[in-house]
Order: sequence, then C-alpha cells, then structure tokens
Amino acid sequence: MTKKKSPYDIASFILVALVAILFTFPLYWIITGSFKTKAEIMSVTPIWWPSEWVMDNYNRLMEKRKAPLFEFLGMTGPTIPAAFRWLINTVFMSVASMVITCITAALAGYALAKKRFIGRTVLFSLIVCAMALPKQVILIPLIREMSSIGLYDTLWATIIPIVGWPFGVFLLKQFSEGVPGEMLEAACVDGAGEIRTFVDIVLPMIKPGIGALAIFTFINSWNDYFMQLIMLTSNSQLTISLGIATMQAENSTDYGLLMAGSALAAFPIITIFLVFQKYFTKGITLGAVKG
Amino acid sequence: MIKENIASYLFLLPFLVFFIGFVAYPMFMCLFTSLFDATMGREDIFIGFQNYSELFHDDVFWIALKNTLVIVLVSVPVTCAFSLWTANSICKMHVVATSAFRCIFYLPVVTGSVAVTMVWKWMFNNYYGIFNYVGTAVGAIDKNINWLGDERFALGCIILILITTSVGQPIVLYVSALDNVDKSLVEAAEVDGATHSQTFWQIKWPQMMPTTLYILVITTINSFQCFALIQLLTSGGPNNSTMTIMYYIYYNAFKLYRYGYGNAMGVILALIIALLSAVQFKLGQEKD
Repeated sequence: MTKKKSPYDIASFILVALVAILFTFPLYWIITGSFKTKAEIMSVTPIWWPSEWVMDNYNRLMEKRKAPLFEFLGMTGPTIPAAFRWLINTVFMSVASMVITCITAALAGYALAKKRFIGRTVLFSLIVCAMALPKQVILIPLIREMSSIGLYDTLWATIIPIVGWPFGVFLLKQFSEGVPGEMLEAACVDGAGEIRTFVDIVLPMIKPGIGALAIFTFINSWNDYFMQLIMLTSNSQLTISLGIATMQAENSTDYGLLMAGSALAAFPIITIFLVFQKYFTKGITLGAVKG
Repeated sequence: MIKENIASYLFLLPFLVFFIGFVAYPMFMCLFTSLFDATMGREDIFIGFQNYSELFHDDVFWIALKNTLVIVLVSVPVTCAFSLWTANSICKMHVVATSAFRCIFYLPVVTGSVAVTMVWKWMFNNYYGIFNYVGTAVGAIDKNINWLGDERFALGCIILILITTSVGQPIVLYVSALDNVDKSLVEAAEVDGATHSQTFWQIKWPQMMPTTLYILVITTINSFQCFALIQLLTSGGPNNSTMTIMYYIYYNAFKLYRYGYGNAMGVILALIIALLSAVQFKLGQEKD
C-alpha cells in the first residue's frame, strides 16, 4: 500500500520517535552510567556522555561479594565473584522453568483441547479463574508450603510456582485446537498409540506455540523479582536481579555499582529478547486471542 | 471411554501436580488461613473473622487501599490511551519501523524491574538526579525536589515508572489488532469520504473491542501487582503515601510475621480484582 504521507503522519512519526527516545533513555543511562567515574555520576550537571570509560564500577561489583561456583553433594566449588554465581543461578532457573513449563503445558494443553474427559469443564474454569488472580495473593501460603517441603531458599522454590501457572496451558490449548481431528483419528486407525500420536502429529503442529511459550516463560522467569525475593535468602542462592537489589540495600547511593549490576542483569535478557523477538510478539498476541 | 479418561489424565498429570500443589492449594490455604491467627513457630489459632474485622479498623489498610486504587485509576486509562495512540501511529509505518518501535516500547519490560528501578532511583535523586537538573534548567521547579521522599510526589513518581513499564504488551496487542481490522470496511469508508478520525472511531475501534477489554483486564491486574517499585524505592513511605495492599501484605508477612492477617488482605485483594474484571467483562459484552 503506497500512500502519500500526510502532514499528520509525519507529525505523529516525529512525536512517536521523541517518546521512543525518552523510553530508551533509562537503558542508555544504565549503560553509560556503569562506565562513568564516581565524580561524573555524582555530578549535579548530568554528564550526557562519559568523558572517560572506566571499569571501576564493574571491578567493585566483582570484589564486593564472593560466592562458591557450586555446592553439590557437600562439595564446594572455587570462590568466584557472587555476581557470576547469581547469573548462573538465574540462567538455571529460567531454563528449568522454561523446559518444564513447555513440557507440562504441551501435554495438558493438548488434552484440554482434543480430549473429552470427566471434569474437563471444571478444570478449565479453575484454570481461567486462577489466571485472573494476581499470584502475589498466594505468597504467604506458598512460603509456608515451600519451607515445609524443604525447598525454601532453593531455586526450585521459584521454578515450581512458575510451572504451575496456567498461562502456558491456556496458550498451547489454543494451538492444539488447530490440529485437525481427522489427523488424530487417522493415526488412531493406523494403530498409533497415544504417545506416538502426540509426538508425531501434535507436537510438530504446535511447535510455533511452544517456541512462543518458551521465550515468554524464559523472560518472565528471569524478571520474576517478586517470587525470587520471597523465596531466596542466602547469598549463594540469589538471582542476579535479587543480588543487585540486595546490594542496593547496603550501598544505596553507589549508583555506579548499581548501574554496573543492572547492566549485567539486563544485558543477557535484552539480547535474548532481541534475537527471539518474533516468537515473543506472537506469544503475546496469541495468548490474548480468547483472553 | 474409560480409556480416554485415563489417557487424558495421564497427559494432564504433570501439569496438575504443579497446578494443584502450588497454585490451587495455596489459593485455598490463603482463604483458609485468613481465619487463623498464624505466625512463625507455633500452631495456628482459629479466630474466625477477627482478621477481617481488624482490617476494617486498620487505618494503614485503608490508606493502602486508597493508594492502590489511585494507582489503578490513573495508570490503567493512561496506559491504554497511550498504547492505542502509539500503536495507531506506528502500525501505518514501514514494517521495519513498526517492529523497531514496538521493540523499543517493550524494552523497559524486558530490562527487568530491578534494573529499571535502580536507574529511576538515580534519576529521581535529590542532589544529582536528572529530573531536578532538567526541572530547574527549564524553570519548571525553582529548587531541588526530593521526589521519592516527598509525600506529595512519591506516588506520582511510582505511577510514572509503572506506566513506562506497562505499555509494551498493550502496544503489541493493539498493533496486531489494528492489523486484523477488516480492510474492505476501511476502504469502503474511505471511498465514501470518511475522515481519519471517523474511520478510526466508527470502523476500527468497535472491531478492537475484545482487545481493549483484554488490555484493560491485564493492565488492571498488573497495576494491582505493582510491588518491586515500591519495595525498592520507598518501602511504602514516606508516611505511608506509597503504601499499597500488595506491599502491605508483604510487610505483614515478612516484617511482622502476621500470616493470617496478610492472607485476609490477600482474600480482599482477590475479591476486588475479581469484581473489577467481572465489571469490565460485563461492560465489554454490553457494547458488543
């Protein structure tokens, strides 16, 4: 569609561009701030571009706190800067949430979309109700539950509630509904078992949905500060966001340090978002189709 | 038939373990424990509706409720209107520009609440924050303001940050909704000489009603959940001016260890949200 640009279009382009610059400014401020000297950070007149780029803030971030690389079966790994351990924890948490959510949601979404079973309507309404509630409401019971099963202050305490959250099931149910019933019947006639049918026919058809859910869960889990805050306490169990927040409590005006930490927390997830942006957008849109 | 039932539940089983164990059960426990005086290190004591009656006489709770509603009532309409305007402006652009802008507006969401909060805290700083510098430079304020430490401004600052971190998803949704508007109707209207705003409000807007409804619901829930900003920036202060229900629940659970009381608040919060969602759906259906 080639239409002549009206003055209105040009004006709105400029306006949107200006607002967009304001939106990217905090990110710009984090990145440049993390390389500024202390004097430039505390300057009353903002230093728009660092006059010299220093690594001081990152060095302090690495020095301030240490943690073992791993603790496994009573063994303790070599001591490394805590920020790296936090990054490893965050990656582990996000990947585990992502993988488990995709598996459980694909299976459950398929069953809800294509199978007729007793209790289907009840279960589905329960899922929809649960989705409408803020999950923070359940924080107190969840903490007590996690302590009683000994998972409090472990990364699993943040992973499990994410997997239980029904958004993924809801999303993949939409996708499974697109699988033609005749194909499933044909597979049945050919003597394929339930698992065969699921793996060979359903999975390939809902692949885009799984991709969307994977990236969506990964990013949400990475940024799920609330769950991390209430579940994790010891230094070696923190995630990067929580670690930075903890450092803030101790060094509340050392903005250089905090910007370095923020940059370290944000850089990996922004990169992943930019790479998988297409799937992500799709996930958001399709999750809303029947909201 | 029985075989189908068994097979279905086997498919559902892995999810159900997590869902029932760690979503449905805690939800039930939230309701149940709200009837108890529960704290750390001792058995819960049944006290009936005492937690709820205490809530009604708790001044901080009412302040928290008021602040929460202010946040929702300001941020939801602004977020929706802003997203609609942005989406409508960018969806007519070249594909590359559309996706670039969509990406930019989504960035604050992806960056993560902690990183975003840290930088805003710096920007709001009393002495070397950028807001005070720009404000005095353009003459909008005559002396530095302690934005987050001043009762008059703290809540406004929180709302501003909340809005910048909430518009990402609505914009994505609106862009795709505008894309799906029936092109033939739009063209027919244009042939008939309808103006830009006429086509927009008469043709596109009604078709986007389901999207708007969905956006209203998610931004409302999102605003109710606004927590990280408050915990990291103001801790509910100064003088409870940024205290919200969400933060007050957290405060009761982690600082006072009053689990039963916190749960009672959780139940009330859930009821309010359920009620608001129901109202929004009802309104949406009537307009259809």
